Formats: sequence, C-alpha cells, structure tokens
Amino acid sequence: MRIGVTTFPGSLDDVDAVRAVRLAGGEPVALWHGDHDLEDVDAVVLPGGFSYGDYLRAGAIAARAPLVQDIVTRARQGLPVLGICNGFQVLCEAGLLPGALTRNAHLHFRTRDQALRIERADSAWTRDYEAGQRIVVPVKNGEGRYVAAPADLDRIEAEGRVVVRYVEGNPNGSMRDIAGVTSADGRVVGLMPHPEHAVEELTGPSTDGLGFFTSVLEQVVSA
Amino acid sequence: MNVDTVERAAKTPDDEQPHRELGLEDDEYARIRDILGRRPTTAELAMYSVMWSEHCSYKSSKVHLRRFGDLPESASLLVGIGENAGVVDVGDGYAVTFKVESHNHPSYVEPYQGAATGVGGIVRDILTMGARPVAVMDSLRFGPADAPDTARVLPGVVAGVGGYGNCLGLPNIGGEVLFDACYAGNPLVNALCVGVMKHEDVRLAKAEGVGNKVVLFGARTGGDGIGGVSVLASETFDSAADGQRGPAKRPSVQVGDPFTEKLLIEACLEIFAQGLVTGIQDLGGAGLSCATSELASAGTGGMHVDLDAVPLRDSTLTPAEILMSESQERMCAIVEPDKVDAFLAVCHRWEVLATVIGEVTDGDRLTVDWHGERIVDVPPRTVAHEGPVYERPTRRPADLDDLQADDPAALPRPRTPEELQAHWLAVLASPDGADKTWVTEQYDRYVRGNTVLAQPEDAGMVRIDEESNRGIALALDGNGRYTRLDPYTGAQLNLAEAYRNVAVSGARPLAVTNCLNFGSPENPEVMWQFAEAVRGLADGCRALGLPVTGGNVSLYNQTGDVAIDPTPVIGVLGVHEDVRRRVPTGWRTAGETVLLLGETKPEFGGSAWASVVHGHLGGRPPAVDLDAERELAELLAALGREGLVGSAHDLADGGLAQALAESALRYGVGARLNLPGEAFTALFSESTARVVVTTSDPTAVRTTAQWAGVAVTELGTTGGDALVVEGVAELPLAELRAAWTATLPALFGTPEATVGSVPAGTVPTS
Repeated sequence: MRIGVTTFPGSLDDVDAVRAVRLAGGEPVALWHGDHDLEDVDAVVLPGGFSYGDYLRAGAIAARAPLVQDIVTRARQGLPVLGICNGFQVLCEAGLLPGALTRNAHLHFRTRDQALRIERADSAWTRDYEAGQRIVVPVKNGEGRYVAAPADLDRIEAEGRVVVRYVEGNPNGSMRDIAGVTSADGRVVGLMPHPEHAVEELTGPSTDGLGFFTSVLEQVVSA
Repeated sequence: MNVDTVERAAKTPDDEQPHRELGLEDDEYARIRDILGRRPTTAELAMYSVMWSEHCSYKSSKVHLRRFGDLPESASLLVGIGENAGVVDVGDGYAVTFKVESHNHPSYVEPYQGAATGVGGIVRDILTMGARPVAVMDSLRFGPADAPDTARVLPGVVAGVGGYGNCLGLPNIGGEVLFDACYAGNPLVNALCVGVMKHEDVRLAKAEGVGNKVVLFGARTGGDGIGGVSVLASETFDSAADGQRGPAKRPSVQVGDPFTEKLLIEACLEIFAQGLVTGIQDLGGAGLSCATSELASAGTGGMHVDLDAVPLRDSTLTPAEILMSESQERMCAIVEPDKVDAFLAVCHRWEVLATVIGEVTDGDRLTVDWHGERIVDVPPRTVAHEGPVYERPTRRPADLDDLQADDPAALPRPRTPEELQAHWLAVLASPDGADKTWVTEQYDRYVRGNTVLAQPEDAGMVRIDEESNRGIALALDGNGRYTRLDPYTGAQLNLAEAYRNVAVSGARPLAVTNCLNFGSPENPEVMWQFAEAVRGLADGCRALGLPVTGGNVSLYNQTGDVAIDPTPVIGVLGVHEDVRRRVPTGWRTAGETVLLLGETKPEFGGSAWASVVHGHLGGRPPAVDLDAERELAELLAALGREGLVGSAHDLADGGLAQALAESALRYGVGARLNLPGEAFTALFSESTARVVVTTSDPTAVRTTAQWAGVAVTELGTTGGDALVVEGVAELPLAELRAAWTATLPALFGTPEATVGSVPAGTVPTS
C-alpha cells in the first residue's frame, strides 16, 4: 500500500510519519507541496511541523498549496487522509474538517505523554482500536486548542465525529476535550496528538500510535 | 551619500574616528593604522571593531586556551579546535560534531530573542560543518528564583529556546536550569547543538580557487544585531537597569526566524549532498565581516565583495552597518562558477534567497566595493586571525582564603529524623533540586523519532542509525559554586559530572566541549579564575583521555564590579553501540536491589545542602578523583552491556538524597533502604565518582564491581509507594512528588493560571 507523506516548507515530523508508515507495513511515498502529483497513493498523511512558519495562521498557507488542492478533491472522493498536529490545522483550514485550532489556553507550547480515549473505532484510521480504548501518545503544540461554535460542537458530537478525546487532563483547553475529529464519511481524520511518535518502544512512551497506520492499510485493502 | 572610501581615508589621515565607541582601545586603533599604513575607512573600522572584540577574537582567553590544543592527539578527533565545531569519529563511518555556545548578554536584554537566536547560531555552526543537526540542549542560569527580574527573564528565555528549537524540528534532549544570586544581572544561556554526518561529508570554512563565487544565502540583511559582539557581548553592563529600561542596547539583539533557518538547513544539506560548495561559513557574530574575512583568511587570502549585491531589508543601511549586521539565518558559500546555477536552483526549491556577492581573487587582500567605490582593502588575516592577544594580569582572589576557611563542618546539622526529613524535602523542593517539567514541557523532545533518552535523564541519547542502533549520548554540567571555591578543581568536577552522566547511560565518553562563562577579564581576579579553570579542565581531559573539540568563551558576565561565579559549562559526548541497551535513571521494577557504587566521605563544601539550608558557600569543593571516575565509567559500560542493571543515576548536587528521590519519582516506584554509617553524611555528602544502580542480580554486579575496583554498598530493595529509610524517614511518594513538582509552577505560574502573562514572542508557537 502506498501512503503519501506530505512535505511543506517547515514540515518537521515528515520523517517520523514516513517511519510510522514503514513500521506499519506500508510503502511511504514523499509528496512535495508544490507538485500537482499525488503519485497514485492509496492514502495521505499530513504530518506535524510549522508549515510556512505558522505565519498568518497555523496551516492557513499550506491549505492553499497546489498539493493540498488535489488532496481536497481526492478526499471528497473517498481518499483516506490523516492530519496530525499541523496537518490537522491544514485540514481544518482547507475545509475538510470542522472547527479550528487556536492558541493553547495557557499560551505555552506543551509537550507531554497524553492519555486519549478512542471514541470511534470505525474510521479509516482507527479500525485497529476498540471503541473506548485508552492509549498514550505524545502531544506537543502551542496552537492545539480545538474550538467550534456550540451548535457545531453539538452537531459534531451528535454525528459521532469525535474520533479521539483527551482523558486524565486536557493539555491545551480544547473544547469538550476533543483531540481529533473525522469527516462525515470517516475517511478524513485530524488530531493534535502525535501517533507517529509512539510507534517504537525505544523512542516513544508506548507503541499505541501504530494502530492509526495499520488501520488504514486494512481500510485500503478492504475498500 | 558621502561614503568614506579607501582613497578618501588616505587623503584625510587626521579625521577623528569613533574607535572607542566601537569598543576598540587606543593601541588597538593605532595597530589598525599601522597594518593599513593609513587610517581605516569607516567600513574597515567597523570590521576590525567587531572582529577584534573579545567575543570574536578571544584576545584575553587565547593564551590560556592553547592548553586544550596541547592535549595528546586523539584517534577519534577528525577536526579539532579552530573550525566552527570539532568533529568526532563515532564509528561505522559516522562523524559527530557538537558545540556549546553562550548567548548570555542578549538574553538578559531581550530574553525571548536572545535565547532563540542563541539556538539558531549554534545550529548554523553545526550545519556549517556539513552535518545534519539532530538535537539541542540548553544550560541555563538565572538570578534568585523569586526575584522579580527572574520572572521577566526565565519565561522569555525558556519560550525562546523552545520557540526556535521546536520550529526547527530539533529535539531538546537535556540541559540544566539553576539559580543563584550571582546571575541576577547576568543570566547564562548556553545552547548546545549536535549534528551527524558521514566522515566524507565534513566541510570546512575556507575560500579557495580563484574565480570561485561568493554566494550569500538565507535571510535579507537588516539593521538588527549591529555591534552585537562588541557592544553587548564584550562589555559590562553599567547597571541592572540597562537591560530593562534603556532602549539603547535593544537594537544590538538579533531577531530570529526559525522558519527561514529550517529552510536553510534543508537547502544546505541538499547542496552538500550534490557537492556544490568548496567552502562554507555561517553568519553569526560580526555577520558579513566575520564570514568574508574568515573564509578568505583560511583560504588563499584574496576575496572581492560587491556590497551593493547584498539583499537588504532596509535600504537605508550604511555599508558599515551592512558589514556589521548580525541579522540571523544567513550563510556564505564558496561555489565554483559552473555550479552556481545548480546551487541557486536548490535554494530556489527551498524558497531560500541566494545572491552572488563576490568572488575569490588572487592576491591576499579582502576588498569591498560600494556604489563603485572601494571602501575596504585589508589583509583578511589581520581581521580574522591576527587580532590582538593579551596576557592579562592574574591574581588569586583576595577573599578566597577566607572563603575556603569557612568550612561547612561548622554548620548546624540535622540530628533527629524529623530534621533530616525536613532538610531532605528542602533540598528536593529548592529551585535547583525541583522538578523542571515547567521548563522542559515547553520543548519538543520527540521530533525526528530518534530520542532514546531526554530530560530528566542524566544524559540525552539519540539514535543515529536505525539499522545498527548506534547512538550518541550527551550531558552538560556546570556547577558554579564548586568553581567559585576552587576554579581548578571545580572545572574538573564539572567535567567529571558530565562524564559520569554520559557513563551512567551506558555510553562511552569520547570528547569534550565547553562554554566558559566568567566576569570581566580586565579584573585580574576573574582572569585568575579563568586561567585556573582552563588549566583544571585541560588536566582533567588529559587524565580522562578525552580531547577538547572546541568551545566558546563568554566574558564580561558581570554587573558593575560584581562578577558571576566562574561557570565553566562542560559538555561530554559519548557513543553507544546499541542504544537498545541504554540504562535509564528511574526505578521501574519492584524487587530490584539498590546498590551504591563508589565511596562517600564527609564532603559538604559548595553542597546543595549548605546552600539551601544555610545559604552557605564556603570551604573546599569535594575532592576530584578522575581515576575513580574512569573505573566507574568502565564498570557502568560493562554493566550496561551485560544488561545487569535496571537503572543507574549519578550522584551530584544534593547527593544521595536528591538521587534517590529522583529515581523513585520517575516512574513512581519506591524503596525500602538502610543507610550505611551516619545518615546525614550518607544523604547529603557530594563526594564524587558515585552512582546508584538497581539490579535483579546483585551478586553479578558485586563481582563485576570488584573486578573494576569500585566499592559497592547495598542500600535496600525497590518497591512500594514510599521512600522508606530505616530510622530516618518514611516519605510517601505522593508527598515527595507534591514538594518536588510544586516549586517552579508556584514561582512562574501554572500554565492554566497564566493566560496573558507569557511574554509576547514574534515567532510562531504551534
């Protein structure tokens, strides 16, 4: 399975996402922001970092990149897309996911090993988990506070589009402890925590993050 | 515009020049006139003033630093002192370059930008050697933790270190945060960067090949940081108010843009991979003056630069300002003419501005033109490498005898279990001993996915090869109290601690870098401290068989007449052949035997206990025993290799009391222990060459230790949710943790409660 990993100017966790795809058994494919070329990938990961230095707003400039325009088009046709941290910000800015990420309530950049609850185990990226499962992966951001209008939050909750939620403490003031959301069809997922940093015992707090990358492989096979 | 040209300078020898305002002494100015055979032009004067500053020329420290060059040759040293950073062979064809550098003065004036650009500068030094930067560390010193100015400086410095490093995608793997009144007007911000490359990829900073092009790339040149090295880093601030109120020095602090630096890193690595440069130099202190004169001086000598070609952020800059500007995120490369197009194409792909500004010439002059007129015509060696050298007078500090005679043996000691427990908690909860999560959670330690150990471990460790699991370990240590009491021994104690911290992780120590933070060299007592510390460090490195690969000197760290405690911060690099066998500091498993390796003597001079409990600094620092350190390191390597220990934690500030608490709190596993001998000495002595290890096979550890000649004392067994020391204390971990973690948030605010109080940073924060 060919899983594209995007690189924008300022992408940082692209090497980590590539490693995670590889460890999950997929074939990582590097995608360059300026190209109109999705290289026939079966799914796409938008990794973390500071695309375009977070200037204007985090993710705002990357959301207008040529590659992202193609990703938006293909995602609307069902291409599985995972946005992590800055990638989540890009997907929100691009209109693929509801809500927005703002400056953390406490205004600090914060890194911590964070407990999460998998709320939906039927999205393209979370099939290898069980609903209600507790996982621990790193969270690290300065603009990770998930916000949306109250009515939108109610709708997102009612439609079951909250994929992962912070438990045992909310690291950034996200509304309703939301850590990640999905598109209506469950194929586009965005989250602030970093599953790609929890794929090896040696370097991560756990290997709980690997499930995101193995899930999509099965998803692609079964699609 | 009326430009001061070489021609005009020759015709107007008597024009008054502001050399003193630029930081040049009268005799230095006279020497410049001598070299040139005329008065310097305004632009030349600017170049000499920044390049002959203490910061760039090492004029006061050079005669002492030669000791490092006199150390025996090391087989693992590929590039030694003198280049941007030393390069060390770590095996399997890998080379590692690492260096620590100060950004103290700018961080006092403007904490966020000062610290941020400190990280940016050291990262470019590492990049310049041809390496991919893979991690950073920071060693920080502040005034009293509860001083109002510390509340101004610390949050900004921490946010700056984090803001820049996080945005560059470099994991921060460790460092130090310590407090002392002596740093009140002079915080220390020492940043370390480490990079990895293959042996054949090492690049050097020299301009060779007549006709080769000089390419300036990266950010545009602006008016920031003009005279940073001369005005800021090489002068004493007159009063604490300088940094707070007067706007005068703020323009001397550079402003960083880590996004541009990230692009610069990726562009450079692609340029290196394609073999497009013959020489490269970063622009840091002294900017273009430094880069051009150093490249030319290290090469064949000749270079011509057309200053009109330099892309500017501010078109009103004068040529002297352009030459002195310390605008960040700029590099200078020497490129063969037929490779210029490919070079520019790589820069274009990464959206990095690149401009040909000159070329390598025959002859031995560095010439610079502006609007068609010659404004600089100098022998580059006289600017870059033949600056003034001073043998400054030294004098043993007048107060040192009294200080050393003030033995902490006279201090009242805790007698009852209640007192021992209270002192234990006081040391643990002191700002120096307390949990540093408030600081370190603002740093990304995960990015790049190779961080095996990071703070609060004794050493940071990074995997450098995913196939072989080869990795490197690094520690930074600099206890200023020890060095104040005895700079020679203190420097060796700092070296020994960093060495031990690398050894506990299971890595083999390989090389040393240093950042020497001292007061004014014009004070003979400071100069004596400096000379003694350098001598101590050099002798220590000789005894441990380690080369010094480079370093940095920061002088004038004083406010008015009061200098900081001499603070040589020592970095030790080690190699680990299989990082899967690294040894962590925390206790993870119940039922392991807790063993103390090494011998404990009643040594309390400069100790955390004397400082925290009695506000006392006096006596002699602990004795240093480098043979014992070496034996201990060899033992730790063997234990790690054989998988005989579950954890290992170095004993340093706060002695066994601090180490036990940290090991227990790491994963919430307690222990039941018996202390050998007198409880007070056992807990608070800071005798060196000691480590606490845990093991499930104490017999094997004892046998190995006996073979290595290291004393072993059994302390007890891990397990439970309290630290129980028979007859001394029963400390529930919850209580210990509460005391340990409360200190910094109480001082600097729990993030949740500080909305709106974080200093405004101009760089992104996500």
